Amino acid sequence: MDLSSISPVLLLASLMVAATPILIAALGELVVERAGVLNLGIEGMMITGAICGFAVAVETGSPLLGFIAAAIGGALLSLLFVLLTQFALANQVASGLALTLFGLGLSALLGQKYVGVKPPPIAKLHIPVLSDIPFFGPVLFSHDIVVYLGLALVVAVWYMLKYTRAGLILRGVGENHDAAHALGYKVIRVRIMAITFGGACAGVGGAYISLIRVPQWTEGMTAGAGWIALALVVFASWKAGRVMLGAYLFGGVTVLQLNLQAAGVSIPVEYLSMSPYVITIIVLVIMSADKSRAPASLGRIFHATQ
Amino acid sequence: MKLTKLLTSAAPAFALALGLATSAMAQDKTKVGFIYVGPVGDGGWTFEHDKGRLEVEAHFGDKVETVYQESVPEGADAERAITQMALQGADLIFTTSFGYMEPTLSVAGKFPNVKFEHATGYKTSDNVSVYSARFYEGRAIQGHIAGSMTKSNVIGYIASFPIPEVIRGINSAYIHAKKVNPDVEFKVVWAFTWFDPAKEADAATALIEQGADVILQHTDSKAPQAAAEKAGGVITFGQASDMSEYAPLPRVSSIIDHWGPYYIARTQAVMDGTWSSVNTWDGIGAGMVGIGEISDAVPADVKASALALKAAIASGEYHPFTGPLNKQDGSAWLADGEVADDGTLAGMGFYVEGITGDIPN
Repeated sequence: MDLSSISPVLLLASLMVAATPILIAALGELVVERAGVLNLGIEGMMITGAICGFAVAVETGSPLLGFIAAAIGGALLSLLFVLLTQFALANQVASGLALTLFGLGLSALLGQKYVGVKPPPIAKLHIPVLSDIPFFGPVLFSHDIVVYLGLALVVAVWYMLKYTRAGLILRGVGENHDAAHALGYKVIRVRIMAITFGGACAGVGGAYISLIRVPQWTEGMTAGAGWIALALVVFASWKAGRVMLGAYLFGGVTVLQLNLQAAGVSIPVEYLSMSPYVITIIVLVIMSADKSRAPASLGRIFHATQ
Repeated sequence: MKLTKLLTSAAPAFALALGLATSAMAQDKTKVGFIYVGPVGDGGWTFEHDKGRLEVEAHFGDKVETVYQESVPEGADAERAITQMALQGADLIFTTSFGYMEPTLSVAGKFPNVKFEHATGYKTSDNVSVYSARFYEGRAIQGHIAGSMTKSNVIGYIASFPIPEVIRGINSAYIHAKKVNPDVEFKVVWAFTWFDPAKEADAATALIEQGADVILQHTDSKAPQAAAEKAGGVITFGQASDMSEYAPLPRVSSIIDHWGPYYIARTQAVMDGTWSSVNTWDGIGAGMVGIGEISDAVPADVKASALALKAAIASGEYHPFTGPLNKQDGSAWLADGEVADDGTLAGMGFYVEGITGDIPN
């Protein structure tokens, strides 16, 4: 066993890379669920975002344009979900699963000519002075811009939900859509905006995997990250701060256990391998011992005449 | 909505969606089914099996119809997928991952008239054959190149599941790396997945950060290649498929699985009514294992000796597991000049002497 071979600086950097995709996707889903909609299609929107972002980044040479395209791609796919659940009033669970299957198939089709192509690299941020501080510089101030976008999004979502009028309306729609409707709020419109935001976030999360974390396009490459994001929202009791904690914990333990394995730590590999799931669940379940609960209208279909 | 309600409404929707994806068609020709563990576009393991399927189609034309289902999880759900394929009227079903062993046997018991072929397993029955390739022969060549080229003397190995096939690969690579470089050290990471590009890339990155300058992989995607390329100064080997997009660096060579001829022969046997349960295990010599072009990044002398090793293995003159070899705990395994028997290799569950760490259960 040789723990000295693990560099804390590199470890923390990899941790952020591993956590960012699920963080961004889970934040999007958090907003969607807070508006009372359960979209199980995150995986499908992520993988669609992954290929849209990858294709545009390759064609234009700009990873940033890629991320924008990924957001648009994810949002467009989520509009399909909007159509099914908000206008056709279809079952949200079935529609979400259909969205995942559709997204996986669509992305495989779109991605055929991008197999084996290398994406343009994204620049890492370099802030003079700050990035040069020993230890803290490399750990905190020299990542790609999307890592910071994810963190900024946590603050934005938390602030929006807790302190703004828009957040209050969104939560109202999610808690009791009939009451919100009676008060004159446009339930469907609010939900459409939330679902689209969720789709855009999932798309960016997916593109982070295909453009930065791996970086390449492979069919089905999100490999369940969308489901992890979904579970994270529930275990985080629909709170932005806890989603961040959960995502960093999950990403962190995933990377840490791989490093511990490589360093030859004498903990059985089976335990190391299950540790990301177990630790994340335990921590978040303990934290949710307070009175947090799901939005009351979650998964219920709204129609104004009912 | 309660979670239980959510799940009960989710299950039928999911089953319906999968059912539609593989809906049955009327048939009077030989129907050959394939169960894949990853997507056909994984660029590695499943990609090569699907290439084999396409070769069957090209060879038999109208006389054959092939069906496949991709990304079937190993375990209970595999039984459902295989059963469904048998119910659709498949005459011959190839199940192409180790974890399908028990599900295949179980379904085969219920469909005595359907022939089954299970890849990389070791349990046969009247209507279940097993087939595999001697990937460890290719691993020997990888180990030889890896040991010759490493500068840090640390070789990272991304393992999938602790099954004999994977353990054989690690042992074979280690023995041949050690032979050319006595200082070499292997760091093995168990990913516990066949296909998860993000995790595979993370594993490769973790190994590289801990000093590995060669990455060997036993997982199915090209993600470790991309991670190695991003890190720079690291060499890799294509796994299951050539992965030549990453040549000449980081990918310096590869193991290529070639299933087409076997699939054609077995389909022919079903058509002729001559199919019987067999245990096939072919290597470089028979063409089931190919060695991808060794790129120019490899020094000429190393390339020449690697090719000589390949020729010796192909002709049967040299066996990668030739004594003297001890097990990890120091107990004797093979005496000088003794060659491992197939039975021991097929069930291999131990490391050879020199590898550190434990094999998970």
